[in-house]
Amino acid sequence: MEFKTFVFYLLATIMVLAALRVITARNPVHAALSLVLAFFNAAGIWLLLHAEFLAIALIMIYVGAVMVLFLFVVMMLDINIDRLRQGFWHYLPVGGLVGLLMVGEMSVVLGGNYFGLESIAPPDIPGGFSNTKMLGRLLFTDYVYPFELASIVLLVGIIAAVMLTLRSRKDTKAMHPSDQLKVQRKDRIRIVSMPVEKKEGGE
Amino acid sequence: MEAQVLQFIQPLAGPLWGWVEPVWPLLWTLLKIVAILAPVVAAVAYLPYFERKVIAYMHVRIGPNRVGPFGLLQPIADALKLMFKEVIVPTKASKALYILGPIMGLAPALIAWAVIPFDTGLVLANIDAGVLYLLAISSIGVYGIIISGWASNSKYAFIGAMRATAQMVSYEISMGMALIVVLMVSNSLNLSAIVMAQGKGTFANMGLGLLSWNWLPLLPMFMVYLISGVAETNRAPFDVVEGESEIVAGHMIEYSGMAFALFFLAEYANMILISAMVSIFFLGGWLSPVGFLPDSVWWLIAKISVILFLFLWFRATFPRYRYDQIMRLGWKVFLPLCFLWIVVVGVWMMSPLNIWK
Repeated sequence: MEFKTFVFYLLATIMVLAALRVITARNPVHAALSLVLAFFNAAGIWLLLHAEFLAIALIMIYVGAVMVLFLFVVMMLDINIDRLRQGFWHYLPVGGLVGLLMVGEMSVVLGGNYFGLESIAPPDIPGGFSNTKMLGRLLFTDYVYPFELASIVLLVGIIAAVMLTLRSRKDTKAMHPSDQLKVQRKDRIRIVSMPVEKKEGGE
Repeated sequence: MEAQVLQFIQPLAGPLWGWVEPVWPLLWTLLKIVAILAPVVAAVAYLPYFERKVIAYMHVRIGPNRVGPFGLLQPIADALKLMFKEVIVPTKASKALYILGPIMGLAPALIAWAVIPFDTGLVLANIDAGVLYLLAISSIGVYGIIISGWASNSKYAFIGAMRATAQMVSYEISMGMALIVVLMVSNSLNLSAIVMAQGKGTFANMGLGLLSWNWLPLLPMFMVYLISGVAETNRAPFDVVEGESEIVAGHMIEYSGMAFALFFLAEYANMILISAMVSIFFLGGWLSPVGFLPDSVWWLIAKISVILFLFLWFRATFPRYRYDQIMRLGWKVFLPLCFLWIVVVGVWMMSPLNIWK
């Protein structure tokens, strides 16, 4: 067996096990951390396929940002596992149907006959080939308009999320540094001139 | 360098070479990893000693001076003490995660060294996506904190972890944005190429390489990156995680012995890593500041030491930030400044005044 094949099977085994843990773990935090492990192994498999940009982007975005925020939420919520499992038999037929559909679709794609994957030769990759550079060049030349469009959609999403949660309450005593910096001496103290008092029986 | 080592080893191994040859690439990589990490770990061990000495002299005190000459054996004494202490696991803690937490804190700070170039061609993995790798690895470091805070089964540790994580995630964004400007002017994601790009230009031709490094034309980004680096490592004046005078020790409150020491080592390893990154992105890496002195790895070490001294100096000088002001600085000051500077540098590069051709 080639070394690469061995690495692939190692990563794939860990990934499948981690994915199983995501849906079987009783503790939601353990499930989220298993998902992180699955992401890591997916990134490893992408590295084997010479897709280093995708692999690093997966780690950076999903592991480094999305899952951290996800863990934040999961850790702070009080999740009742027993109540979540109540409707299991009720939802099983619908869930099973969706699952079967996905398995069918994946087998069509991975089988290779339908898309003729077997007739496509693996790409010949020269030694100094930089996946990242090529991807960047394509994104900013041929696909620049779809790319910019996608970024605008994301920007709209950010603004919408901020607007949905932004509310200014009057009853909080939050301190605003800009107001604090603007404070002048005359806003805080008042100098009152008073007549000098003579000490009783002084010299 | 590999050829020279092979020349030396092959006759030494003699007939055994046949056994060694299949695993030689692995052995060679391991040797290189040890050659990089051994000095880093030694520096991590002695940085707390220097911190105590430097801050002591700034306070007009003497600092550690009991163990060995000038207190030089103090780190070894500290390490021995911590090693022989019991690692206590709290009741109902998630044990596997409790042990994993400190490891996840230290490991990213060490594996990031794989792409740091020390001299022309002297780098473990000369990959084209080096900057992306660094960003990805440094974003993993958060897990050590969040896992240990949650697994400790203590509300103090948990709140501390939340504070630390929110701070680190916020400052990672401004660090990444500052790096985008560096990438724009050096036209590469490869760390060696970024260093080499700083050795070109009018000043470098005049023999004043010092003025052609990125820190001068990108001065605001240099400041943003340096300050965000201090915040990212949870050091003073951003050390709300472990504000000794006001709150308990944050996410590491339940840890003892060597598990606690790992958090400490992770903090200092991260400091050295951030200093190395500042030196490479903004201070010209191994390049010599003046034309008549040769470029060498010693310049990189000197630059890292200067930045590390700045870290210690900050701690002795500045009062601690309030938490809401830390968040304000990251999101409302640094991030808009980075966006503005990306546009400014973009316009600059497209104008006839472009200095990065």
